Amino acid sequence: MAKTINVSNKGATMDTSRRNFLKLGGAGLVVAGLAVAGCREDNYDFPMDGVFDLGTGDVGILNYAYALEQLEADFYTKVVNNFYGGISSVEKQLFIDIYNHEVIHRDFFKAAISGATNMILPKLEFKYDGVDFNSRDSILATSKALEDTGVAAYNGAGKYIKNLDYLVIAGKIVSVEARHASAIRDLINPGSGAFSGDDVIDANGLDVAKEPKDIIMAAGGFIKTPFTWKEQGIG
Amino acid sequence: MNLLNILDRLADDHFYSKIGSRSEGLSHMANFGKKAAITGIPLGLGSFMATSAKAETVTTTSTYSAASAASALTDALQLALTLEYLEDEYYRTGLAKAGLIPGGDKVVFQQISKHETAHVAFLKATLTSLGTEPGAKPEFDFTVNGAFQPFDDYAQFMVLAQAFEDTGVRAYKGQAGNVASNKAVLQAALQIHSVEARHASQVRRMRANKGWVELANGGNMPAATDAVYAGEDNLNQAGYNTSTLFGATAGSASFDEILTGSDAAAIAGLFIV
Repeated sequence: MAKTINVSNKGATMDTSRRNFLKLGGAGLVVAGLAVAGCREDNYDFPMDGVFDLGTGDVGILNYAYALEQLEADFYTKVVNNFYGGISSVEKQLFIDIYNHEVIHRDFFKAAISGATNMILPKLEFKYDGVDFNSRDSILATSKALEDTGVAAYNGAGKYIKNLDYLVIAGKIVSVEARHASAIRDLINPGSGAFSGDDVIDANGLDVAKEPKDIIMAAGGFIKTPFTWKEQGIG
Repeated sequence: MNLLNILDRLADDHFYSKIGSRSEGLSHMANFGKKAAITGIPLGLGSFMATSAKAETVTTTSTYSAASAASALTDALQLALTLEYLEDEYYRTGLAKAGLIPGGDKVVFQQISKHETAHVAFLKATLTSLGTEPGAKPEFDFTVNGAFQPFDDYAQFMVLAQAFEDTGVRAYKGQAGNVASNKAVLQAALQIHSVEARHASQVRRMRANKGWVELANGGNMPAATDAVYAGEDNLNQAGYNTSTLFGATAGSASFDEILTGSDAAAIAGLFIV
């Protein structure tokens, strides 16, 4: 029995709390039965039912990262094409930079996966039901949630990567996501400890790491195009 | 520097099936350390530096065994511990120096300091659980024989803080392959790595820089810190040219680069008496 990630994120990001973001994303998870034939030995299910599977092994991880980078790139594309009113030049530059980085990450994964396999995730469609692109608070809250989620996703996925070249690449990206998260958090709460706040860093000084299924629940609220990741029990 | 050779060897599936485990929690680290048949030789900083360089330059004629993977793992953790000792002492000293850190910035450095102290404790506990004696804290001289006055000059304090954090990000990244044999340690290292990046971003922004590193330019940093940023202008990621879309500045900033263990140790070594 397979399920499909096909969710709604109504009201998900009006709130600056990451926990609420995650909770709302998770609450939107819809479990729909799909008839997908049983065993497979290759690392990809051709989407006969029209639902893409991320695949197995490193291909699955790369497609997973590609999905998240598609989301971030898509979001910041909308932000920079419609800056909220009264935005400062500093914040404008910051969002343009982050937009550039995320689009580069997205296209990097597209190129890297295409070079290795034809089992590449298609272009996903996203929705931002709860986001007010004219509101600074809403954009910063959503950015914070996306960046923290990106950090937690890479931190949690690293151990599943078999090819250590890919692991190093993931490491090169995750620290940039953490730099983004820190900057966004400081914009929300300037000059405080929020850039690496106690809500994300535990008593051992460790940042959040999340398993793929928890990330999909968090980010799923934005994802319109259904996909599955059977290897990770998603979908 | 044959890091990629080592990475290729570490990527071997047989190696993973023997050493790796996806489900190891940190609570099982002690048992797991025993299983990994670590040689158990306590490594001081001196021996660490020697073995680290060896681990990264191992030639194709040697056999890459579970034992050498285990020593690569603990060597990597010893390097991390050295860097955390350095950061921990640096911030504690800075916070203790009356009048150095302006009141408005104190909360930031208290937060960073708290994390570095936690990292020291965590890494010591991790090494101990792996059957390896954590290296002793070196004696640091943050003035580098009087060249810097970080505890008398806040601007200098900030410069070194940025250099240490940006170095930390690169150093942890550079050790990813060496800790990958133990999935629990790998994840924890990643979780520390992103904290260092959050710190780096914050300190950089307090210095009126961007949170990210553009090209090999640290951002209003003295030439003495050039080694921290050498190679950050790399635009080639697995054959993909990151400058294609938005130019070299954005391309370089979208990926942080690694530092080898020997390069990281050399940077830290500047401050070790």
